[in-house]
Amino acid sequence: MANKLIVAPAPHVQTLQSTQVIMRDVIIALIPALVVSVVVFGWSALGITALSVGACVLFEYLIQRFMVGGKPTVNNLSAVVTGMLLAFNLPASIPWWIVIIGAFVAIAIAKMTFGGLGKNPFNPALVGRVFLLIAYPVQMTSFPAPVTGGIDGLSGATPLAAVKEAAKMGGDQADAIISSLGVKDLFIGNMPGSLGEVAALALLLGFAYLLWRRVITWHIPVIVLGTMAVFAIIVALFNGNPTLMWQLPLFHVLAGGAMLGAIFMATDYSTSPMCTKGCVIFAIGIGIITMLIRMWGAYPEGMSFAILIMNSTVPLINKYIKPKRFGVK
Amino acid sequence: MKTFPIGGVHPSDNKLSKATPIEVLPLPDVVNIPLAQHIGAPAVAKVAKGDKVLTGQLIAEAASFMSANICSPVSGQVTAVGMVPNAQGLKQMMITIKREGDEWMEDIDRSNDLVKECNLSDKEIIEKIKNAGIVGMGGATFPTHVKLSIPAGKKAEALIINGVECEPYLTSDHRMMLEHGEEMIVGVTIIMKAIGVKNAYIGIENNKPDAIAHLQKIAVNYEGVHVVPLMVKYPQGGEKQLIAAITGRQVPPPPALPIDVGAVVCNASTTYAVYRAVQKNMPLIERVVTITGKKVKEPKNLLARMGTPIETLIEAAGGLPEDAGKVINGGPMMGRAMVNLASPVTKGCSGITIMSGEDAVRKEASQCIKCAKCVAACPMGLEPYYLSKMAQKKKYDELEALMITSCIECGCCQSSCPAYLPLLDWVRLGKQKTMGIIRARMAAAKK
Amino acid sequence: MEVLLFTILTLCALGVLSAVILYFVAQKFKVEEDPRIDEVEKMLPGANCGGCGFAGCRAMAEALVKNDDISSLFCPVGGAATMKCAASYLGKTAAEKGPQVATVRCGGTCEKRPHTNEYNGARSCAVAASLYVGETGCAFGCVGLGDCVDVCAFDALHLNPQTGLPEVDPDKCTACGACVKACPKGIIELRKKFPKNRAVYVSCVSKEKGAAVMKACKAGCIGCGKCVKTCPFGAITLVDNVAYIDSEKCKLCRKCVSECPTGAIKLVGMDPLPKAPKVAPATPKVVAAAPAAAAAAKPAAETAANPAATAAPAAAPKVAAVKPATTAPAEEKKAE
Repeated sequence: MANKLIVAPAPHVQTLQSTQVIMRDVIIALIPALVVSVVVFGWSALGITALSVGACVLFEYLIQRFMVGGKPTVNNLSAVVTGMLLAFNLPASIPWWIVIIGAFVAIAIAKMTFGGLGKNPFNPALVGRVFLLIAYPVQMTSFPAPVTGGIDGLSGATPLAAVKEAAKMGGDQADAIISSLGVKDLFIGNMPGSLGEVAALALLLGFAYLLWRRVITWHIPVIVLGTMAVFAIIVALFNGNPTLMWQLPLFHVLAGGAMLGAIFMATDYSTSPMCTKGCVIFAIGIGIITMLIRMWGAYPEGMSFAILIMNSTVPLINKYIKPKRFGVK
Repeated sequence: MKTFPIGGVHPSDNKLSKATPIEVLPLPDVVNIPLAQHIGAPAVAKVAKGDKVLTGQLIAEAASFMSANICSPVSGQVTAVGMVPNAQGLKQMMITIKREGDEWMEDIDRSNDLVKECNLSDKEIIEKIKNAGIVGMGGATFPTHVKLSIPAGKKAEALIINGVECEPYLTSDHRMMLEHGEEMIVGVTIIMKAIGVKNAYIGIENNKPDAIAHLQKIAVNYEGVHVVPLMVKYPQGGEKQLIAAITGRQVPPPPALPIDVGAVVCNASTTYAVYRAVQKNMPLIERVVTITGKKVKEPKNLLARMGTPIETLIEAAGGLPEDAGKVINGGPMMGRAMVNLASPVTKGCSGITIMSGEDAVRKEASQCIKCAKCVAACPMGLEPYYLSKMAQKKKYDELEALMITSCIECGCCQSSCPAYLPLLDWVRLGKQKTMGIIRARMAAAKK
Repeated sequence: MEVLLFTILTLCALGVLSAVILYFVAQKFKVEEDPRIDEVEKMLPGANCGGCGFAGCRAMAEALVKNDDISSLFCPVGGAATMKCAASYLGKTAAEKGPQVATVRCGGTCEKRPHTNEYNGARSCAVAASLYVGETGCAFGCVGLGDCVDVCAFDALHLNPQTGLPEVDPDKCTACGACVKACPKGIIELRKKFPKNRAVYVSCVSKEKGAAVMKACKAGCIGCGKCVKTCPFGAITLVDNVAYIDSEKCKLCRKCVSECPTGAIKLVGMDPLPKAPKVAPATPKVVAAAPAAAAAAKPAAETAANPAATAAPAAAPKVAAVKPATTAPAEEKKAE
């Protein structure tokens, strides 16, 4: 025989779904949202995304090459995903240098410090975003109005921010704003906001794609959004405003970063629990904390904080919540 | 459609030889018969160098209850009883017989006539099965007479026949069910009698509609025999998974056995062997072996005598492909890669899968991304990523607490890992070590 | 101002409260320990290698303090000096043990032992060894995936990429025995450490018969027994077709080295003895010597198969003569 036999323990088949393929699928799933953001905010949206992706990839490459060592890791495309997600969390009017700082925090501090992909305890893109939000609050919260027009009276503030402001004035006004918002506008992205969070429809398209490609399971996104909706219904009932009973949950699920966070950030592999039961707890936690911050917190949006807080519980969940063992009652 | 409750994967099934009828391989000139081709104590050789043997003659006797007889697959002269390398290149005690003609023991009925009636008692049936040296032919090679001897205090409620053949590529059970369906079902009724159950369920995966239809047609004439179509999912052929799929009962973790939930599981080919042993006095001396692989010229199902060199079978299927990289004894999910192609066909050898080119080489491993695909795939509800890590760190107490002994080594975790990590390599090693520690502890407790 | 004061007071109060709680907790969970354990631990090397059989130096120190008879305890890293020091402090007697060094008893380099297949599984000797024979034809030899290198806490073991075998740096090796435990083939042995790192040892553990050894590896011990006959100190024994040199008995006389037909006996740190005129170059010698030996020893062929007979030093010469007889003819055929 010409060539030597190869010997390895079983199994002898491997999946075609490599890390790179998974990351590529996430990128594809993010494309519809990117297209919408370009339509809504103009070409600057694309510029910011490209800058963020470029910076993330560059930082990962440099750190891996000169500090960590070992095999190159940029080709697994995870830095591209982080870059896109970071950009999607930024307003379209953000100065370019802030994007680069965000990318540095995301990749260098939140990801590579812990050993790179799979070892980071917190979602890198969210750490980047929250850092920027605290360090550059003005730039991070001034949102340009959509070039397509936008909802009257809301240009410059996201729906959530507008509601928060109104709530400070008095409850009725906030309810009025919520009632006045068209679900359709929220759905197709006709509102101010971060690049990726404006169009629920585009994000749902991405979700469907990820489910079809078996990149993620339905549990985390559905439960996060479901928990938020249930929470909103309960709040509406307690407020004794039955007309809001359908509008409030819809508003909270569609507005702000709820969809983006639930579908793309909370499902991040390394920062979510390993078993389904754990994922359910994790998702419920995100939903509740998000709503607590939105309702009673200082910030209009709580998704990023909620995910980061629940990220910190993941090791604990993995330790105590074990998958259902076969044959154990 | 029924299936098992936790985990599982869907590897592409590549059943290349499913439409190829079973072909009888010409008798080999020399056979090597390993004394250990079943779980339990190796058999004790009853012949010595120079002895003449007949086909079907007992050449090695079960060393204890948990062992199995071995009968000569050919007639001829014993040329050696000694150490010969096995498929893994490790030396093993084997009986070497040089074939001369094909003279059979007189009491064996070699005709193909169907014998439905069986008037033997349960003890007599099990005795006949023991004499014939029948072991589980799906690959686990558990002595069948041990399986059918229900321990005192336990009661069998249902017989489950494993016609699942969930391993990709392999088709030997499939062809067996199609070509010897009626005999097999008579075998089912014999085993039902032996263990005293009223119902038997033949589980067949949905990718074999012809076998399901064929057996369903026959089964209507046999009371208590049911054919259960199952959803296609690996590892449905695992004993515990199959019981869960058909009865909904889950066998508790080791040391519990299927009988603890009232089930006895037998492989389809084994059932046919039981029929032949009980009705025809035919010992287990031949079996169907699938020779397959994407680059194999003529994927085949060959009826070969035990002890035939595997390279002879590969030649019969058109020879080793030029870019052959891996020759696997068994299917690609659980089979063992071979180094020695001259090693013999044994009782547990259901197929030879030949992987070529890139398929034969593992993809380069990267780091764990915690995607939890291994956890989702594990049919036993374990955490392969964590077990593998703990096994590398030699934390055997931790592994025991994480129920590593439940692992059935099905390979779902490793085959679904996007980072291509050798998860099962480590889990298997950790399981071996942990089991060793548990056994030592139990032995010490006994003293 | 008020806010400032309030803050400072609150923090101070919190601090005091915590300190009080801590004090009581510390009192409650205080562990009474023999102070000598600390002292003994300081004497130990502090490598926590586990070479003594305990989880670390602390555990060893505890054992030394608690057990009255410490003769079975030994710290291989610190050696006799450390043990003596600890024993005199505790007023006990320590075991006397000379320094040792880990020795890799396999000479199957890539060149001498060709690879017959390619291993593609997890990079671990233990995994590979539990799977199959290994990348070469020898089931006893080094797997070469470096489990021993991974466990060495002293950086004393390295795989040589040329030979594919691990090499011990005797100056760094502390004889902790971690590699001995890690090796699934049991190739590594702790042997007496001679001055200037000199050593003579059989670099093969194959229990195969001569012909099978030769087929798989050109550097293996074929169990011919010549070394057994040669050794003037009775340090060499032949059990299960493989020679073994007892390092405690060996005087490094090097006579066996030149006798070995396959070069399986390794000599380290010394020049070989000047060759005696009758000794031909190693490799052809097997074939040349074999027929003569065969003629002389045919009647004894049966006894050779019995390893028990080979174990006794007295029987050794007979074995030495017989071994090649059973192996050599096969070898000649191979050569053709």
